[in-house]
Amino acid sequence: MTTVLWMTVPYVALTSFVLGHVWRYRHDQFGWTTRSSQLHESRLLRLGSPMFHFGLLAVIGGHVLGIAVPASWTEALGVSEFAYHLVSVSAGTLSGLVTVAGLAILLYRRVTVPAVRKATTTNDKIMYVLLTTAIATGMLNTVGSNLIGGGYDYRATVSPWFRGLFTIHPRPELMVGTPVSFQVHNLVVLALLALWPYTRLVHVFSAPLGYLVRPYVVYRGRDPRRPDVRRYARAWQTPSSTPAARR
Amino acid sequence: MRVMAQLAMVMNLDKCIGCHTCSVTCKQAWTNRGGVEYVWFNNVETRPGQGYPRQYQDQRRWKGGWTLNKRGRLTLRSGSRLKRLLNIFANPDLPTVADYYEPWTYDYDNLLSSPPSDTTPVARPKSLITGEDTAVTWGANWDDDLGGGPSQVGRDPLLARVSEQVKLEFERTFMFYLPRICEHCLNPSCAASCPSGAIYKRTEDGIVLVDQDRCRGWRQCVTGCPYKKVYFNHRTGKAEKCTFCYPRVEVGIPTVCAETCVGRLRYIGVLLYDADAVLEAASVPHDQDLYPAQLGVFLNPHDPRVVAEAERAGISQEWIEAAQASPVYRLIVDYQVALPLHPEYRTMPMVWYVPPLSPVVDVLTSTGHDGEDAGNLFGAIDALRIPVEYLAELFTAGDVGPVRAALRRLAAMRAHMRRINLGEETRPDIAESVGLTPAEIEAMYRLLAIAKYDQRYVIPSAAGADAHRLDALATGCSLDSEGGPGMTAFDAIADRFHLTDTNGAAPDDKAGRINLLNWDGRSTTGLFPAKQTNGPDHAADQPNGANQAGDHPHGADRAAEPANAAEPTR
Repeated sequence: MTTVLWMTVPYVALTSFVLGHVWRYRHDQFGWTTRSSQLHESRLLRLGSPMFHFGLLAVIGGHVLGIAVPASWTEALGVSEFAYHLVSVSAGTLSGLVTVAGLAILLYRRVTVPAVRKATTTNDKIMYVLLTTAIATGMLNTVGSNLIGGGYDYRATVSPWFRGLFTIHPRPELMVGTPVSFQVHNLVVLALLALWPYTRLVHVFSAPLGYLVRPYVVYRGRDPRRPDVRRYARAWQTPSSTPAARR
Repeated sequence: MRVMAQLAMVMNLDKCIGCHTCSVTCKQAWTNRGGVEYVWFNNVETRPGQGYPRQYQDQRRWKGGWTLNKRGRLTLRSGSRLKRLLNIFANPDLPTVADYYEPWTYDYDNLLSSPPSDTTPVARPKSLITGEDTAVTWGANWDDDLGGGPSQVGRDPLLARVSEQVKLEFERTFMFYLPRICEHCLNPSCAASCPSGAIYKRTEDGIVLVDQDRCRGWRQCVTGCPYKKVYFNHRTGKAEKCTFCYPRVEVGIPTVCAETCVGRLRYIGVLLYDADAVLEAASVPHDQDLYPAQLGVFLNPHDPRVVAEAERAGISQEWIEAAQASPVYRLIVDYQVALPLHPEYRTMPMVWYVPPLSPVVDVLTSTGHDGEDAGNLFGAIDALRIPVEYLAELFTAGDVGPVRAALRRLAAMRAHMRRINLGEETRPDIAESVGLTPAEIEAMYRLLAIAKYDQRYVIPSAAGADAHRLDALATGCSLDSEGGPGMTAFDAIADRFHLTDTNGAAPDDKAGRINLLNWDGRSTTGLFPAKQTNGPDHAADQPNGANQAGDHPHGADRAAEPANAAEPTR
């Protein structure tokens, strides 16, 4: 049971995550979008969406620090367990609360605005349930276990277990005896990761950072894949970079 | 000099009767689908008026187009790239459906399925977005023909810049129509706003398109476009815009809006321009210099040096010849009677307008003067500062000079041609007073008044070299997915409102019949009676060549399916 839950399930979920994205990117470029509903309702979205997204970015950053960075590294830097704990709980609680508040506004909006409710698919609903549960259990861990409940050092169990999955030395036994709320959080997040590529969450991977460096105006030939465009190539490629180069 | 070719359009506003045929045919061709119910790639608005979406010209509110930053450099009015990215989770300057209008249909099914009763059944308006009952409060041309009017007065953002008494006088006196499509700008701010780089300007013909596969729905382009001609499909989550009917112009035929224009007021042709000069022209410090600056970007296609450079840039002989015969070049550069729409947005728009002289003539005539006498007309153009100033707000960033000059040329043309029509002696001084020769005036008259199809639309075909590719286009469509642009209104709306004869409302023997109101043009199933099996005439089930070429593969598949075909009634 331990092996199934903490080795088989994670690998299945992560495989689905990776292969699902590859498959969707290859076969469903047209469906790869944020499916924004701002056109229907802007006021609540402008309040909730930035809170949710920026909060979540901070939460993800915190997870990277807490899970990907081994405790030995932070200790080597002279950061005591207490100091780490203090930072992680305070920053985690703060960003978690912002995320939860944003999500609450967005969910309220999704239910109460008829046009937005109408635009919600079954796929969205399943995704929202998983996402909400993941965030709720995560808050339970941060606030419930670590802030109120005296603290739990997940960096001794959960973090090495998760890193083990990627170093191909899975240690499912580490998860035995961890608090139930951590176990549930992990399983829900794994389910979310497994479904991720098949939902609108794929938009995370099209974060348009290239916009900061590309030329303002994009020029393109009628069909760049056809070889007969080559005869234009030398003459036309330069203007494509002109507006930026001259900016 | 880097020569590029651009397909451009000129509309002669004097001839627009506001019939909306262009809008309707465009809608039928491009936006009769779910998700873009509220979208009109082509719309005709009454000026003065709010326009569509409402007050889109108020850039202090909508932040469209470009502006010069403190260092005098061109930057998006909505902010720097970093600011755009930081606003990506919620665009603060995005119009909502309410700013366009909530699209609706009527519950026609209630009329058909109503049992016998003492009262007449009604077809309630239903929102096309929520499917619920809705109150119709605004439409794409709600203020059509009002020309302001008591409830609209003061809501035209352009009139807000004119003084109060002038405003009222104007709204009582003048009204004209302004058909609008995407401007296919030389310096498109929609493309510059797109974080994904999905909006691009085609190198061959300058058409600005959205790559539906690369668009990720960040909706910054809707804000970026000052003309609000990029729309968000709320079903697919992708941006869509006027395509200049590229599948049509690629084979040398005009756009749907131009083809179906009742007044024949649209002209399509090629302009050659210097791509290297665009940025500098768009960055001139004063708004009123933008019109002459844009004129300076265009290249004379008759100049051998330009032709040589164009050839060097890979522009084909056919395109160069089209540029030399371009009606658009003549109206914009030779006669300078066409003007750009809102050059102050600094996007270098490429759909230009011949300003309307008719309001001036009408005013003259109504005051008892001869509205077509050259002296009267010239005097009126100079004296009537109201229409000229309003037109200048529209076309030259407020500079009345070019508007006045264009109107004077049109007035000279009227006066000159009237003398010819009445058999009077022509007066060369009329033509000379506007800087043209009588021969030029007559050529301009022919182009504006009686030009035939071939002269109004000089569109080089792109087909020659890649006919095989176009063939592939006609037999396969990657956009034909659920909610995609290939999906039709029939697919999207029929399931919601059941506007077909297949819902049990038709007589049994006609249950498979297609309601022509929603025929999607793809399948002929149900359009014709089933074939007579023992009849000698089999011509009916062989579509003719033209139909076959234009037929959609899925349509063809569907036509082959016998499932829905009605049994012939004998």
